[in-house]
Amino acid sequence: MRPFVEISDVSLTYPGAGANATLALEHATLSIEKGEFVAVVGPSGCGKSTLLKLVSGLHLPTRGGVIVANREVAAPISIVGMAFQNPVMLPWRTTLDNILLPLEIVEPHAGRFRANRKSYVEKALALLKAVGLEGFGDRYPWQLSGGMQQRASLCRALIHEPALLLLDEPFGALDAFTREELWAVLRDLWAAQRFTVILVTHDLTEAVYLADKVHVCSKRPGRIVTTRNVDLPHPRDKYAPEFVALVRELHDGIAEVRAS
Amino acid sequence: MNEKLESAMPWLFVAGLLLVWQLACVGFGIPNFILPRPSVVAQAFVTQFSAIMENSWDTLVRTVTGFVLAVVLGALLGIAIGSSRLIYRGLYPVLIGFNSVPKVAVVPVFVIWFGTGTVPAILTAFLVSFFPIAVNVATGLATVEPELLDVLRSLGARKRQILIKVGLPRSLPYFFASLKIAITLAFVGTIISETVASSSGIGYLMMAATANFDTPLVFAGLFVIAALGIIMYAIFAVVEQRMTFWAKRGDGLMTG
Repeated sequence: MRPFVEISDVSLTYPGAGANATLALEHATLSIEKGEFVAVVGPSGCGKSTLLKLVSGLHLPTRGGVIVANREVAAPISIVGMAFQNPVMLPWRTTLDNILLPLEIVEPHAGRFRANRKSYVEKALALLKAVGLEGFGDRYPWQLSGGMQQRASLCRALIHEPALLLLDEPFGALDAFTREELWAVLRDLWAAQRFTVILVTHDLTEAVYLADKVHVCSKRPGRIVTTRNVDLPHPRDKYAPEFVALVRELHDGIAEVRAS
Repeated sequence: MNEKLESAMPWLFVAGLLLVWQLACVGFGIPNFILPRPSVVAQAFVTQFSAIMENSWDTLVRTVTGFVLAVVLGALLGIAIGSSRLIYRGLYPVLIGFNSVPKVAVVPVFVIWFGTGTVPAILTAFLVSFFPIAVNVATGLATVEPELLDVLRSLGARKRQILIKVGLPRSLPYFFASLKIAITLAFVGTIISETVASSSGIGYLMMAATANFDTPLVFAGLFVIAALGIIMYAIFAVVEQRMTFWAKRGDGLMTG
């Protein structure tokens, strides 16, 4: 059987005049099984975010191909949910209405959104409860703290039940305690629904805590240089010796990549 | 106490200003045809009340008509510029050039085309006030966060959906801010046209009064224009507050 996401020998150059053209990815190859939780780590500017844009179809590769769910990606594929470091909520909508936004756009929900609004609202409220935001649906996002907004942003990414969740450093701007709380939230959501996740991060502890597999990206132009399986059972203890050893191993790997 | 004082401040300030003005005129013995005392201006206002009101009404109607045109066309232009790079590149330099032309120089052309009176006044009001609206709406559209665009595009959102769900609401605060500027500019446009080519309106009244050395009446006209400007500005400030409360937030209830 084919992997769910298959990135084969992909290169991507951001256009620009002459020397301004940036080669972001070169010969990147990566495959992800359905239901897998994968983390991509690497030095900043290595094209990690570009990888997500390629998988979602927001960018098309200059060379090579991306296949998601047995189909060549040639345009945005609407089976993805995305969340970023910046929660980017719409300030004129309540938190609940923010979370419902994808349903107003993605088919088949958009066509029946008005008729089924009640059941969609129930679904959104259930998600809010799952991330610990019960009762905050009718607040405006700017009335919420950064961590709460990020929880809401996760709900928005998941409301249309995407098969593929793309996370671009979603916890990067949060304080350590909130971040670890949200790791647990994400892990529980994933354990319950088993969507496929690609998490881009520079936090190695985060990668090892959450992912089945950690891919290490080289510096620009990026490609995947090593892949490390994480076989530790959930819930993981970030102070356990095996955990710490794994993080150190990845850390040394990246240090090597940066130096080369 | 503090709040009362705060809401009384504009009146106190104006009263103080008028008092200083009056005292200065009396103290330095300035003749009324050079700088009329506020009391004399008030007198002119009362004795010429019906003429002032009639002409103010003409000015107000012209200004609001030109302004409404500016809102509709300015907003449409702003949406076009803000949502299409090609239109932006093509049109923006033309707009800036257009806006740099002193409108008083265009009034005679309007007179050749449409005769004197209402039409050139409306057109001038429109011309001076549409530019800030168009530029602000375009700016508002350009401030949509790239991450949000990614979220929507990855879901397969079409350009029109992005514009309606995100672009337009996002540009509303810019739009309403520009209305406050545009309405006051529209008065400037109308008055310019009325002073050059009209037989009615506050601008005309002031020109006629100047010709008669009736300086108190000129000042009465100035006060009326100022008052109209403040009233219209206040109306749009209230509308802005209501429509875009989310853009004027203080601290969040639960920051940190």
